[in-house]
Amino acid sequence: MSARAPVSDELHSDAVHVEVVHDHHEAGHGSRKGYITGFVLSAILTAIPFWLVMAGVFTDPRVTSLVIMAFAVAQIVVHMVYFLHMNARSEGGWTMMALIFTIVLVVIALSGSLWVMYHLNTNMMPTMSPGDMRNMP
Amino acid sequence: MAQSHTAAADDGELHFYVADEHGHAEGGTMLGFWLYLMSDCLIFAILFATYGVLGRSYAAGPSGADLFDLKLVAVNTAMLLFSSITYGFAMLEMEKGDQRMTQRWLAITGAFGLCFIGLELYEFHHLIHEGATPQRSAFLSSFFTLVGTHGLHVTFGLIWLTTLMVQVHQRGLIQANRRRLMCLSMFWHFLDVIWIGVFTFVYLMGSLS
Repeated sequence: MSARAPVSDELHSDAVHVEVVHDHHEAGHGSRKGYITGFVLSAILTAIPFWLVMAGVFTDPRVTSLVIMAFAVAQIVVHMVYFLHMNARSEGGWTMMALIFTIVLVVIALSGSLWVMYHLNTNMMPTMSPGDMRNMP
Repeated sequence: MAQSHTAAADDGELHFYVADEHGHAEGGTMLGFWLYLMSDCLIFAILFATYGVLGRSYAAGPSGADLFDLKLVAVNTAMLLFSSITYGFAMLEMEKGDQRMTQRWLAITGAFGLCFIGLELYEFHHLIHEGATPQRSAFLSSFFTLVGTHGLHVTFGLIWLTTLMVQVHQRGLIQANRRRLMCLSMFWHFLDVIWIGVFTFVYLMGSLS
């Protein structure tokens, strides 16, 4: 703010540029082309996993699972970019920071739950029936 | 909080940047709504985790492969995807300031949303009719909770959409209504993102033997 002092002298000269910066972000401001691109990509990324499962293309269900999960991730990225207009600049990067933080939490919650509960199942004493469990202290 | 920053460039020219207070407040709303969506995302993450843990506990009842009708799910997915792009077109018309076309696209979006909810209710009714109720097994409890929560979100989105259409009809595309429509736009596209997870993890992977 130290540069404020000489303003009054220079205001009338031609060298002064006044620019009103509208803080209107791109959020929600897409283009028709962007929406159509997103829609076509989403349609393709939806159709292929449905076809893979309904036609039974791969015999191994694990392969199918991994492939359709990859398609889901790709489609989520497409939606984020073309429909939700995510980019690193909007709101000064804070939406991206919030998104990354949420993704970290989601990954911890999902992988942690599955990991813990899987081990809980496998470490259950094999001879123990539900009736025995009821008599546990 | 309108600030004017002045910066003297090397050649002695003065540049003024006047930050627009109005736009700033709008940006704050968008960021706040985004944070709400992220917290909503955590709710769904927990429901997905619950489904991931319980999704194979059939209690000698029907499994996903027995119950799911993938053709119906594909139609449902298409409905939600169509509603996403028609909402996008409504936003483009809003940018142009064309109130009549905005309302028309919003109505089409609402129609697709209603189709989605209708098909989902039909599916739930069909499942319950077959005895696959939420009480039947842990798999079905977590299934109905996850898919039902998503359906409830879409239902509230439809109520919100109808409210905004009335608002736009009464007041026109004023700044406040534009802001509201942009919030609903984020909400609506977000629900479509969640649905990608639902149809992949629940329906498609559940249908694999």
